[in-house]
This record gives sequence, C-alpha cells and structure tokens, in this order.
Amino acid sequence: MQGLEFSVVFENMNILLQGMFWTVVLCSSASLLSIVVAVVLAMTGISKLKPVRSATLFFLWVFRGTPLLLQLFLFYFGLPQVGLYLSPIITGIIGLTLHFGVYNADVLRAGILGVETGQHEASRSLGLSYFQTMRKVIIPQALRNVSPAVGNNLIALLKESSLVSIITVPELTLSAQRAISETFRPFEFYFAAGALYYVVNWGLEFILQRVEARTALTR
Amino acid sequence: MDYELILRVTPFFAKAAWTTVVVSFLSFALGLSIAFPAAFCRLSQNRFLQIPSRVYVSVFRGTPCLIQLFVIYFGGPQIGIQLEPFMAGVLGLGINIGSYMTESIRGAILAVSRGQTEASRSLGLSKFQAMRKVVLPQAAGLMISPLGVNTIALIKGSSLVSAISVLELAYTAHRFTNSTYRPFEMFILASTFYLVIITLTSKAIRNLNGRFAYEK
Amino acid sequence: MISLKDIWKSFGDNQVLKGISLEVERGKILVIIGPSGSGKSTLLRSINHLETIDRGEIWVDGVQVNAPLKGRKFEKHINRVRQEMGMVFQHFNLFPHMTVMENITMAPMLLKKIPREKADARARGLLEKVDLADKMNCYPVQLSGGQKQRVAIARALAMEPKVMLFDEVTSALDPELIGEVNKVMKRLAAEHMTMLIVTHEMRFAAEVADHVIFMADGVIIEEGPPEEIFSNPTHERTRRFLFEVFKS
Repeated sequence: MQGLEFSVVFENMNILLQGMFWTVVLCSSASLLSIVVAVVLAMTGISKLKPVRSATLFFLWVFRGTPLLLQLFLFYFGLPQVGLYLSPIITGIIGLTLHFGVYNADVLRAGILGVETGQHEASRSLGLSYFQTMRKVIIPQALRNVSPAVGNNLIALLKESSLVSIITVPELTLSAQRAISETFRPFEFYFAAGALYYVVNWGLEFILQRVEARTALTR
Repeated sequence: MDYELILRVTPFFAKAAWTTVVVSFLSFALGLSIAFPAAFCRLSQNRFLQIPSRVYVSVFRGTPCLIQLFVIYFGGPQIGIQLEPFMAGVLGLGINIGSYMTESIRGAILAVSRGQTEASRSLGLSKFQAMRKVVLPQAAGLMISPLGVNTIALIKGSSLVSAISVLELAYTAHRFTNSTYRPFEMFILASTFYLVIITLTSKAIRNLNGRFAYEK
Repeated sequence: MISLKDIWKSFGDNQVLKGISLEVERGKILVIIGPSGSGKSTLLRSINHLETIDRGEIWVDGVQVNAPLKGRKFEKHINRVRQEMGMVFQHFNLFPHMTVMENITMAPMLLKKIPREKADARARGLLEKVDLADKMNCYPVQLSGGQKQRVAIARALAMEPKVMLFDEVTSALDPELIGEVNKVMKRLAAEHMTMLIVTHEMRFAAEVADHVIFMADGVIIEEGPPEEIFSNPTHERTRRFLFEVFKS
C-alpha cells in the first residue's frame, strides 16, 4: 500500500484552483442560460397550439429520460458535423444549459400553472396582452414560487458539471486528472477535487438560502 | 440517417443495455441496504450514530458522483482497494445513491405524523414496537415516490461508470460514435434503450405506489 | 354607454344567462342583485370578455366588445377595449410581487407609454383619493382586505377607464372593513363615473344606484329605480329574495 502524500496537492494547488475557476464560470453561465431556456420551454409547453405543445413535451421527455453524458456526447460529436465547430467549454455550457433547462422547464411550468387565475384576470382586465401578462405578472411570481426547486437544480448542476471533463473541458475534474498524470497520485487529487467541490457546493447552498429568503412571496 | 448502421449495431447496444440494468439494479440494492441503517442512525438520538450518518449524507450528496467513482477506482489501489471496473462502479454508485436514499427514507418516516407515534405510545407500545407496527408501514408508502426518483436518477447516473471502462450503454455509444462518426444515430439508439428502461421502471414504481395508497 | 343585447350563455348543460338585455347610460350607476347562481357575476364578467358568451352583443361606448374578429385581430381589439374599462374583483387580485405603487403604475406605463414621473404622480393622486397615500411602498401582503381593495380600485382607475365594473367587491371583506370601500365607491359615483355593480349589500345599493336589476336563474326578474325595487317590488320572487336578505 502506497503511502498517501497530500503535500503534492498543496504543491499543485494552482492547477486545481484554475480548474475550479472554470467550473464556476461554466456553472454560472449554464445556470443563467438554463433559466432562459426554461422560460421558453415552459411557455411553449403550455401553448394553445397543439403541435407546439406536443413537440415541446416530447423534447422534454427525451431530454429528461436520457443521461447528461449521452447528451454531452451528442453535442460534442454532433455539432461539428452540422458545421458548428465550438470549443469544448462552449459545448459543455450548451449541454449543461439544455439538460438543466429541461429540468427547470418542468418545474417552472408547474409554477406557472400554479399562479391563481385571478392574477391572469386582473392583468387582462387592465388591457395587458397574454404575453405582457406572462412577462410582467405570471412568470415573475412563478419563478419566486419555484425558486427552492430551481435552487436544488442549480446544486445538481454544480455536481454534474464534472461530466464535461469527459468531453475535455478544462474544469476542476480534468485539472485533477492533469495533476495526476504528472504526479501519479490519483487518490490525493481526486479527494482534493472532491473537497473543493464540497466547499463550492456549501457556498452555493448558502447563497441560495439568502436568495430564497429575499424573494419568497409570503402570502 | 443511416438505418442500416443502426440495425447492425443494435445487438451491441442491447447487450450494453443489459449491463446498464444489472449495474443499476446492484447499485440500487447496495444503496438501499446502506440507506435504511443510515436513516435510522440519522433519526437516532444517539450522537455516535447520528453524526457519522450526517457526515455520510453530507459528503456523498455534496460531491460529484464521478469524483467518488474515480476515488474508488483510480485511487483505491493506493489504499489497498483494487477493484475491477464493474465492482468499483457498483460500489461507487451504490454508496452515492445510498446517501440520497437515506434522506428519502428519513423524510418518509418524519412525514408520518407525530400523532401516530403519540397514539401508539399512549397505548403502551415501546418506541421500537411503535416504529415497527405503526410508523414504518405508513412510511413505506410515503417513501416509494422519493425512492423512485432516486432510482431513475441512478439509472441515468449509471452512465458515469462508462468513464471507468464499464461496457454499458454510454460507453457503447461513445465507442461506436468514435468508430462510425455517426453521433446522431448512436444517440438515438442509446437514448431509446434508456427511455425504455426508465419508462418501464417508472411504471413499476407507479404501480407499487398505487398498492400503498391509504386514505388520506 | 353600455348596451347588452340578448345575451345567452351556458356552462355545459347549465344555461346560466337566458336572453339578458340591459342598458347603462353614461354617468349612471347600475346595481345588479340576486341570489347566488343567478348569473350576475357571469354577466358582469362577459362585459370585459373574461367570460365568453354564446349569443348576443355587448357594446361599450359605441364599440362592440364581442366583435366577430378572429385570432390576433381579436386579441388586439380586446386588449384595447379592456383598457377603457376598469374591473375590481371580489378577491382583489393585486400583484403580490409588486409594491402598491408598482401595481398602480405598471399598466399605464406599459400600455399607454406614460413616463415614470407622470405615472408616479398620478398614482400618488389616486392613492390619496382612496385614503392610502402612506402605503405607497408597501407590498399587498402587508395590507388589510379593505386596503387591498382600495388599491385595486386605484389600480383600475389609473387607466382612466370610461366604465368601472365591480364584482362583489366587499363580499370577501370583514364587516368592519366594508365601509371604507363603500366610501370610495360613493366618491366615484359623485364624480359621475359610469358604474356597474354586482353586490349583496342592499343598503349600499339603495344609496348609490340610479337603476337596480334583480336577476334570478339567468333572467331579469324585475328592474327599476331603487325606491321602487327596494320598497315596493312587484314580483313575488323579488319580494322573497329581499325578505331573506333583510332578515339577516
């Protein structure tokens, strides 16, 4: 049994921190974009046009029922074939955005349907159109109501972001692998990477708690 | 769309799908066997039982599953654990999903109203008897849904073991995409298998849930 | 001002409105009374098209509300028409994620493109009119029922409507809060706003109405000036209803 030497970790900390930086960048971008995607898909999912609604629900069903890794492969190998030569990071962001956009869309759709009809009626009776009503009255309330669930999805996103290392995105997990290829100490570095994820996770949970407290609609 | 290719490689995917099912099932079983004791420890008043359980849940829910798998498979040898990909995969997935299942079970037990415990204790049942005869049977019905969610997540999470060379669906999709340069066909093939597995599992879970529906 | 011609509506098998016709002149106040299920709320809500009707015509200030337009054209038409009418609901329906001020200024700023300063100034004026000037920056959750309803009235007035529709606006209020809302409505009446009020409050109706309609089972049983209807109703049904109401 080899001895464990965590000092290597501290010597190579900058590699890990660099990776952590990209993880944070990746996750922040994907989080924000996934909410945009979620709003769009939530709206098309309740569209009065049956083909639009059905197509959306089918799309949601497929992307909910397949692993993120598979979807990442699709984008990583598939996009170049349709002429889109994107860097691994952008591909990773796209993959994460779509995957979590789908999860958040389901949550948001439930939230939208949960806003009482009186809100629609009051807004429409003032003369606002359907889309103006959605934009100004319904969606803001829906987002606040489902923010805990969205928050959970953001935490999941942080952890699942480790998968993009498999499509060569230089985030924390891949950085750990880089360090390992030079020092041959997988246990120490993966352990350290795990610890860093844990810390970031804890920070994210803390931030989310504060955000939820601020935006919750106490009725 | 190369249909001929799809037909040609389907047998490989079917075999890989079976591996996915086996891996998922074994991890599920492992996770559940860890989760029940862990849930009880978590609910116990005893500090020495509660704290390790809380740490377990916090650590394994708070770090990526991929990292956990890598620690076990690549890092294991350093601490004397040398496992084959398949075993390492099942172990890693099982321990990981176990932490989520612990919370599902704990949640269900807590959800059984306190009134039930009070009523049974006031009839003279011991804590243990109350748990066994009154709380757990009701909690059982409540935990099926959350455990079901965990299980579906597990099936999708099983794709991670492709990263430690277990020959399941995701690995096969990756391998054939690399050799045929037809990512869309491979995605469609692999996702079909995943969707079938997951849909069947969801149905089974719903069925099971139905059997437990008490009056509210 | 408001003209309803032969309105029919059913919910499935249930015929809720059976050939209702009525007129409201500019500056006048019409009050509709009747038992639950008589169709009075449905009738009111069909005026600004929150309910669709099966047959009949609804005219407000020379414009047909239920115009035979389709799709986008109808959407644009109805949005414009609704801007000329104000509605106040039984359950207030204030926007919980906006302050009182924002509730009032949102529609004028968005739909009439009124600049913020002007919208804010108008809102402040309206809040003074409903005796709530100090609650400008509060959120609806911080207000009592009566206060919420007065904000709702201000919100509807902010669009400078030609007609105000009131759908049982005090039915959900604690008794001691009803007076403050009635006071505001009386003020509006004195300013000659055209108002259509559905209510259970007979005393208030008697004080404020120019014309009263008694509805039951989807038809107008009786109508006339308040003195006639309340003191000397002709129909047995009307008498029975008023008896039950004044008993409590």
